[in-house]
Amino acid sequence: MSTYSASKAVAIPQSVEEGAAFAGRPLSLPASFLANGAAVFASVAWIGFGLSCLWWVDLADWPRTHALAIAAFVIAGGILVATLSAPWLGRFGPALQQRAPWLLALGLFLTVWEVATAKLAWLPLPFFPPPQAIIEVYTDDLPKLLDSVFASIKLQLGGYAIGAAVGFLTGVSIGWSRGVGYWVHPVLRFIGPLPATAWLPFAFFTFPSSWSASTFLIALATGFPVTVLTWSGVASVNNAYYDVARTLGAKPWFLVLKVAIPAALPHVFVGLFMGLGSSFAVLVVAEMIGVKAGLGWYLQWAQGWAAYSNMYAALIVMSLLCSGAITLLFRTRDRLLVWQKGVVKW
Amino acid sequence: MVALAVAGPITYPAVGASLDVEHVSHAFDIDGSVLPVLDDVNFSAKPGEFVALLGPSGCGKSTLLRLVAGLEPPRSGVLREDGDPVTGPFPSRVVVFQDPTLFPWRTVWKNVALGLEAQGILKTQRQRVDDAIDLVGLSQFRNAYPHQLSGGMAQRVALARALVNDPRILILDEPLGKLDSLTRITMQAELVALWQRKGFTTLLVTHDVEEALFLANRVIVFSDRPARIKADIAVDRPYPRHRGDPRLAELRRNILGLLGLDATW
Ligand SMILES: Nc1ncnc2c1ncn2[C@@H]1O[C@H](COP(=O)(O)OP(=O)(O)OP(=O)(O)O)[C@@H](O)[C@H]1O
Ligand SMILES: [Mg+2]
Repeated sequence: MSTYSASKAVAIPQSVEEGAAFAGRPLSLPASFLANGAAVFASVAWIGFGLSCLWWVDLADWPRTHALAIAAFVIAGGILVATLSAPWLGRFGPALQQRAPWLLALGLFLTVWEVATAKLAWLPLPFFPPPQAIIEVYTDDLPKLLDSVFASIKLQLGGYAIGAAVGFLTGVSIGWSRGVGYWVHPVLRFIGPLPATAWLPFAFFTFPSSWSASTFLIALATGFPVTVLTWSGVASVNNAYYDVARTLGAKPWFLVLKVAIPAALPHVFVGLFMGLGSSFAVLVVAEMIGVKAGLGWYLQWAQGWAAYSNMYAALIVMSLLCSGAITLLFRTRDRLLVWQKGVVKW
Repeated sequence: MVALAVAGPITYPAVGASLDVEHVSHAFDIDGSVLPVLDDVNFSAKPGEFVALLGPSGCGKSTLLRLVAGLEPPRSGVLREDGDPVTGPFPSRVVVFQDPTLFPWRTVWKNVALGLEAQGILKTQRQRVDDAIDLVGLSQFRNAYPHQLSGGMAQRVALARALVNDPRILILDEPLGKLDSLTRITMQAELVALWQRKGFTTLLVTHDVEEALFLANRVIVFSDRPARIKADIAVDRPYPRHRGDPRLAELRRNILGLLGLDATW
């Protein structure tokens, strides 16, 4: 980031070398412009998006078009102001500069979307609603959407926590004890590879409620990868670690808690990650088929009523939630596994 | 490094335990066939004595150390610490392995604290961990992770991790093997000083004849696998020793001869 310093610009060169350096200085202005250029263009793109909302008349009746245009102008102004005051914004400045190309792309995408749907109808209408229709869902159908979000989070959290805990404990036991391994390993082999959704009919008539059935399915989808990876993590711990700990007076519980588990933790996180992915799939299916709540059900409902804007709105929320969950998991891992920095590249 | 001037007969503090290896034989099963590794090994170390074990690669030195540590029972024979048979690992006999084997997920401090933590006495004895880290000169690195250390530093952490337990028998498996020759010479002197200060009985496996002669009261030379004791040589020189000592040079020639290198040396 270059700041153009006035005091230096007016200083009189004292020597030839300094004069040359002085002559070179004005270059920093275009350089600063180049560095911020993407942000400036991003601002322009958002202004363009706002204008595209207002320029043509909407092909149908969408009450949020004006509000959306104003929001676009506000964002454009925000980008511009933040870029110009970047030197005083601390860490936020570089962060914005780094994301500027994305803001630009987003502005362009929204403009094209707006024009292609609401204005010129290049895309067939009920199936491809314009941005303002989706905004309308967020403002007018918010309570129902929020209810669905909370229902999904509750179901997912419960099932995932149970599955992760049971999978972790099972994995450690199989990895640690030959006896447990003898009995559990074949069962795992037989049942594990079955997609959790295949249990759906079984679960929905054996469990007392559709909620407990879905929790079971999500736990199952999470539990299998967590078990297998925890197990392989524990089983692959270098024996030398155990030798060291034993000569220093470690009892078996110490070997499990302080040697086997920390050594296996990187594997466990891979399992948790895979479990998260497959449990999302089960969550949506379970909500669509069994539980009459949650984002999966909302999607199903929206599709049933041909409410395509609601469908897209729910999809966006869902993808934010899923990627948020995965980000959270990675943050936790980075915190717990700081020692791996420099050992492995993730 | 401080060179402690100890003149005359060496007196050992009562910290060290005696070690008796009585007719110990050991073998491994590899693919159904039996690989004999130790063949009737028989020797003892007095409390506080420094014994070096020399022998060709793969003859069974590390295996012997594992038996002394109690990590495995011998196929036949008995090992005794202060007269009591060794039945399993115990923190009075601590091993510094051929590889430092630091736990990568623990900082230097927590690696050194491992023994006290495992014995459940860390809470009251944290000072011992700090002292051990100071002793090997790594106080600046107590919060570093193993991957941030050099090979020599890692080996020193492994040494601190052993010493913090105040072992009665310190078992060293080529602890200096992977160090550069300068660090190695410094650490040899440090080891002698430490041993003299603490008075533990020391069992050191090494490939390096000079190292054995520089450090040990006695050098035991093993044959090829299965290891048998070929010679048990007393190094009757006071500490600190000098590498140019003609008596050590003579012993060195003898030992190289025993190892089958007389023609070239
Ligand atoms: N766990 C084991 N299972 C089978 N064979 C083993 C095992 N450990 C060691 N051996 C064999 O025992 C022999 C002696 O091994 P050991 O590690 O004691 O040698 P060493 O004298 O320490 O050699 P070096 O000086 O190279 O470290 C080797 O031939 C090795 O293959
Ligand atoms: Mg060895």
